[in-house]
This record gives sequence, structure tokens and C-alpha cells, in this order.
Amino acid sequence: MGGFSFDNYQRNKFLTAKGYPVPTATATGTTIVGCRFDGGVVIAADTRATEGEIVADKNCEKLHRMSPNIWCAGAGTAADCEMVTQLISSNLELHAMSTGRAPRVVTCLTMLKQHLFKYQGHVGAYLIVAGCDPTGPKLFSIHAHGSTDVGYYLSLGSGSMAAMATLESKWKSSMTKQEAMDLCAEAIEAGIWNDLGSGSNVDMCVMEVNKPAVLHRNYRTPNERSIKQKSYVFPRGTTAYLNEKVKPMIKPVAYDIFEETVTSTGGEQMEIDG
Amino acid sequence: MYAEHFSEPATSHVASAPIEHQFYPYASNGGTILAIAGADYALLAGDTRHITGYSINTRFRPSIHTLENLGGPERAIVVAANGFSADGDALVRRLAQRAEWYTYNHNKPLSVSACARLVQTMLYGKRTFPYYVHTIVAGLDESGRGEVYSFDPVGSYEREQCRAGGSAASLLMPFLDNQVNKKNQYDAATGLPQVATDLPLEETLKLVKDAFSSVTERHIHVGDYLEIKIVTKEGVKVEYFPLKRD
Repeated sequence: MGGFSFDNYQRNKFLTAKGYPVPTATATGTTIVGCRFDGGVVIAADTRATEGEIVADKNCEKLHRMSPNIWCAGAGTAADCEMVTQLISSNLELHAMSTGRAPRVVTCLTMLKQHLFKYQGHVGAYLIVAGCDPTGPKLFSIHAHGSTDVGYYLSLGSGSMAAMATLESKWKSSMTKQEAMDLCAEAIEAGIWNDLGSGSNVDMCVMEVNKPAVLHRNYRTPNERSIKQKSYVFPRGTTAYLNEKVKPMIKPVAYDIFEETVTSTGGEQMEIDG
Repeated sequence: MYAEHFSEPATSHVASAPIEHQFYPYASNGGTILAIAGADYALLAGDTRHITGYSINTRFRPSIHTLENLGGPERAIVVAANGFSADGDALVRRLAQRAEWYTYNHNKPLSVSACARLVQTMLYGKRTFPYYVHTIVAGLDESGRGEVYSFDPVGSYEREQCRAGGSAASLLMPFLDNQVNKKNQYDAATGLPQVATDLPLEETLKLVKDAFSSVTERHIHVGDYLEIKIVTKEGVKVEYFPLKRD
């Protein structure tokens, strides 16, 4: 039977009282959205990962593949999103092999929510699950305690209010694929600009019925770094050292040349610099 | 190992502490400031982003203040108090008033060193309820050389060549140590440590812009615009430089 081990509960409480608090997992600021359109569903995410007020990764991936046609955007505790997504993805694959059918989005949703509920919110994954299966395009969100929502458009994470502001003002029913992609990108950008926990680029995944899902890594890159004003290349010899020892990394091996052939590389000329 | 402590009752004081509600008078409004003194200039720079938590209150809130002074524009003093912006504003307003009174009482310009001592007494005057700020004062001395003074929240201060303050000070300061004071750099020919020399204003300006654009990349409190105030014998010049807005 699964479940957390509470063996150290008393010990940790004692240590906390003594002034050694339990280390906290990194809850990354994030903006993630999802939106349905005629014949498919699209999800998107920003690419900033933070450790407190420091940007840990400027271009991380928050879109996870659950199965070839079901994708998941994750917010909350980065490690929990990654691991819960991997675990359920594996189980979904086993399920698909045992049934001989492509997995459904509701199956993925149920497996995720039952896992999260079991851990009573201690697995801090906040997910937007989307995909296409024989029953059509589907879009759901799951909170860490296991509750789920269905919607035509959804947002989660610290930038969810900024994103939802965009979704609420611009969403309309029966959108085209391009309209849904533009809306999602704009909603993520609202998070990128207005939420300090979100930033950098927009990642996107489009899932259409009877088509392979398409991941648009860095669909928009509105935060390219400008060129620096100065060069910071240090001249050779700038760094001090106490002593120097040079060792050959490969031992020279004695050999004789028996034959040497030079062959043409064909029609294409080798590229030569300058 | 901890067996003897396991007998502690389940409702220890950690879990059963009574809920307390108290007023916390301070806030953190982000931003970062940076000052560098040169042979014939002093410069104070800071980003204009004003935040609380994960929200941006405004993208443009200039925070480098100029104290007009007797003795012409070159005697102007620039001040910034970064941290809790309400305290920073209160401190700068009161300092401006005190600086004005000084010129009335003594009929001479307030020197930067005297201004620094005044800031110390003002900060220490609130030793038991401090202004929650990192303060930097910059200007030119009597001979026209740049000088920078930096303060902790309760008035401890020092004259320095360069200093960073605020949210991303810990990111800026090592860069400044290396590039301005030539720390950890040796001369390739002689093997001796490189010595810090006064940087020309042009170079310093490039350095400051690069420093802020780099810090913007890695610190979520910094961004939007960079405001630079430069004190020379011509007076105070202001320059703005766009930073990333994410």
C-alpha cells in the first residue's frame, strides 16, 4: 500500500521546536492556461522557474506528455508536478497496453486526482490536463487536494488572475485553432508581464482530434536579452594560480603507417572558414 | 536517539500555539540601487519598478532624489533610500528639509560629508523604530571628486568607491568588486594584483547598464526602467535606460 511514511513526524516536530524547521519544497511561480476550440484543445505555459526571488531557470519546460495525445501543464511544487506526471504517464501506458486502446483524458484525470487526494494536498501539483480521445477534445484542471474542474478555458498558478483576465475578456465560443492559440499565448503573456513569478517565453501544445499532438516549444519569445554594452572577456593570465603541472591526457602509442588513402568527399565541398 | 523526546505530548506548543494577530508596520517594495564615484563624477542609479509580493504596483516610480544646494548645480547631492518605500520617502523628505534649513542657518552649501553625518543622526534617531531602508548618498566634494556614502537602516555608514543596495545588492556587489575594484584580477605580465583606478564616466555608464540588465535577468524584483543620475561640475544629469518588463 502506498502513502507517505510518517515515521519521522514526532522527530521533525521536535526539531522544528528546537529551531530546525523542515525544509520547504520550491513552489514555483507560474502561469498556465488551457483553451478548447472547434476540433481540439490547446494548453500553454510560461518558462520561468524561481527559487524565492531568484530566477532559477529562464527557459524551463512546464508542459508534460501524459500519452501521445494527452498533455499536462503543471504549476505548484516543481518536483511534485514532474513526478506525479511521470508516474501517471507510466500507469496510463500500462493501462493502454492492457486495454488495447488509446487512453482517455478522463482516465488520466481520474488517476491523477485519486493519487493527489490520497496524499491530502501534500503532493503540491496543480495541473491543467488536456487532450483528444475518441470522445472528443477535453480540458480539465486539478488542484493539489484532488478536486477537478471542467471548462472551455482555464488558468492556474501565481499568474492565473492575469491570465484569466485576458481569457474572460477575449474568449468566445467556437474558436478556430489559430484563435485559440493566440488567446492562450496572450493569456500567458499577461502572466509573464504582470506576475513576477512568471516570465520569459510561451510554450504551447496543440491537440487536435485524429491528429498527433504538436508541441510548440518557445511559441513566443518576447524576452530576448539585449546585447551587452561591454565585453567581459578576461585576458589570459588574469586568474592567479599557485602552481602549474601539465599532464598528457592520452598516452602516446607507438604505431607504423602501413597505408594511407585519400578519398574525395564527393560533390559537396567541405566548408572552410574565412 | 530522540527516543526520550517522543514522550512529548501530541499537543506540543508548536502545534497548539494560540493564533496571534499583530500589525506589521513594514513592507518590502523591491528595487535595487547602485552608486559609483569617479575622479570627476558621482553616479547613483536605480530601477523604477515598485512591487509588493508578486505584483507590480507601477513600472515607473523614479527613486533617485536630488537635493538642491547652495554653491551652484555641481554641489547638488543625490540620495536614494531603498527598501520600504514609504520609509524611504519619509527619510528623503525630512532630509531635504533639514538640508534646506542647514543652508539658511549657515549660509553655505551642505557638503556631502556633512549630509552623510546628518543622515546618520536621522537614521539613528529612529533606532528603536528604524526606517527600513538601505540609504546611499552621492555627490562631489569641495575639490570636485566624486564621493559615495552608504548606510545601514540604523545609521552605520562608510565612504566608498561603489556600493549596491536593495533586493539584488547581493548579485551586484561581487560584480562591482571585480569590475570596479579589480578584485581577483591579476596582471598577466607581472603576476601582481591589478589595482583599482578611477573609471571614465563612459565606461562606468556601460558597466551600470550591463549590471542592471544582468540583474534583471535573474532577480524578479528588478526591471522596467533604469534611472541614472550623474553629478558632474555641470550639475545633475538624468538618464533613463529600458530594462526587461517580465
